[in-house]
Amino acid sequence: MLTFISSLPGAIAQGAVWGIMAVGLYITYKILDLADLTVDGSFGTGGAVLVVCTAGGMNIFLSLLLALLAGCLAGLVTGIFHTKFGIPAILAGILTQLALYSVNLRVLGGKANQPLSVDKYNLLISLRNINKSLIVLAIFIAVIILVLYWFFGTELGHSLRATGCNQAMARANGINTSTNKIIGFVLSNGIVALSGGMLAQYQGFADVNMGRGAIVIGLAAIIIGEVAFGKLFKNFALKLLAAVFGGIIYYIVISFVLWLGLPANDLKLLSAIVVAFFLGIPYWKNKIAENRVKPVPGGDANA
Amino acid sequence: MLEIKNVYKTFNPGTINEKRALNGLNLTLNDGDFVTVIGGNGAGKSTMLNMVAGVYPVDSGSIIIDGADVTRLPEHKRAKYLGRVFQDPMMGTAADMWIEENMALASRRGQARGLKWAISKAEREQFKEMLRELDLGLENRLSAKVGLLSGGQRQALTLLMAVMKKPKLLLLDEHTAALDPKTAAKVLALSDKFIEEGHLTAMMVTHNMKDAIAHGNRLIMMNNGQIILDVSGEEKKKLTVEYLLEAFTKLSGSEFANDRALLS
Repeated sequence: MLTFISSLPGAIAQGAVWGIMAVGLYITYKILDLADLTVDGSFGTGGAVLVVCTAGGMNIFLSLLLALLAGCLAGLVTGIFHTKFGIPAILAGILTQLALYSVNLRVLGGKANQPLSVDKYNLLISLRNINKSLIVLAIFIAVIILVLYWFFGTELGHSLRATGCNQAMARANGINTSTNKIIGFVLSNGIVALSGGMLAQYQGFADVNMGRGAIVIGLAAIIIGEVAFGKLFKNFALKLLAAVFGGIIYYIVISFVLWLGLPANDLKLLSAIVVAFFLGIPYWKNKIAENRVKPVPGGDANA
Repeated sequence: MLEIKNVYKTFNPGTINEKRALNGLNLTLNDGDFVTVIGGNGAGKSTMLNMVAGVYPVDSGSIIIDGADVTRLPEHKRAKYLGRVFQDPMMGTAADMWIEENMALASRRGQARGLKWAISKAEREQFKEMLRELDLGLENRLSAKVGLLSGGQRQALTLLMAVMKKPKLLLLDEHTAALDPKTAAKVLALSDKFIEEGHLTAMMVTHNMKDAIAHGNRLIMMNNGQIILDVSGEEKKKLTVEYLLEAFTKLSGSEFANDRALLS
């Protein structure tokens, strides 16, 4: 039990990094109602860009900014695939994600992974100093949530929300739904890449596969956050925070099952199963509600 | 105010489902015209409204609103000229957004949307006043999700949103068809009120012949994607349902076939 408890701070830090990712995913998945698989690629892009820039001697904040912009660019590509090529959102995301695998390899100089030692560079977070990491992450999360809260309260933010909610209504009110979807993809993947850059710092390396399954973890975080805090958190900022908490809970659960003895190789299998079940819950709830419809009182004679 | 010139539209051309919806349609609306549109199933009534709104492109012909040729403009760019209310009460509002947020969206129809805060305090007060006029008790529910409202309330709100920024042309596409008779009457009365007070030019598709006669200053009847009858002024006031049915049989050479119109 002690080993599990001692692993908690690390799990929380890692969960918080993925929580940032979940906040990014929230924009496409919840607000635009699109499943964007680009994130599996753009998360790694963020990590790769950060490591290469920082290792090249660039200031860490500037590196993070570039990581974010690289993610935005990835989102722009998916947005264009979706709105200008007419490709369904899921497929558009898969295409970009596939392309990004090559891009990420190129960024990493053809190597599958590249180290970034906290001893050599001035990193913001690292698993070698978890307390400091937690503080830095808390600040980042607060700033990101505040910025998004502001953005989605603006005219443009409202038009994004309307686009995700009712496209016919949005267009009837003069909203260019294609542009708004592109903005959503750009914003979302920027934040996802930023969190990739954070993870690369935290673990001390970037790996071309670091984003594989990111969408599943992000969805898990969003769904866990909703299930756990949905009744409590009604405000938009709090809903985003719930996604971060969802990420943290997810990683606490992961370290718990690892502590129980689950082989690390089986983690993704477990994640996929858990997320599938959680995605199924609303559907099953409906089914159960339908089956509960009472027969006509008095039986068939009255029907 | 509106000119529809020789517009053709065929859906699914070259397939077994080919359907010629508009067949050389011509219509000119004068400033302040309130036209009711009737016709059988598939006559092209809704298609005409959708063509004006730019939901899908025309095959040929042109559409001119307030002197501007909008034939090639996409739907969201034509929105600045148009207020629209749809048959489906769910379609005209964003269910997950608040009443005031929906109204704020509508109040900026046709304007660029930037990074200004979406609703100002002054606007909130204005919205309250406007809602009070609807007399549906919505004025104290500004931050209720629209999805929680009844169909009638949503339709009344959609109507308000369509006119709160004065449109050049108001398009009402069977906007009371999905409502119960009492609510429908209320929404119709509201439509009359808004059109009169705002001196709006409006087109209202309806399946209810009595409504078509009782409202507006002009009535057009459509069949096979064309206008077969166009009555206005004093002549319109004298119309009866029987006359319209007879006229239809005579002009189209067939019985008036609209599953709902005959019952009403």
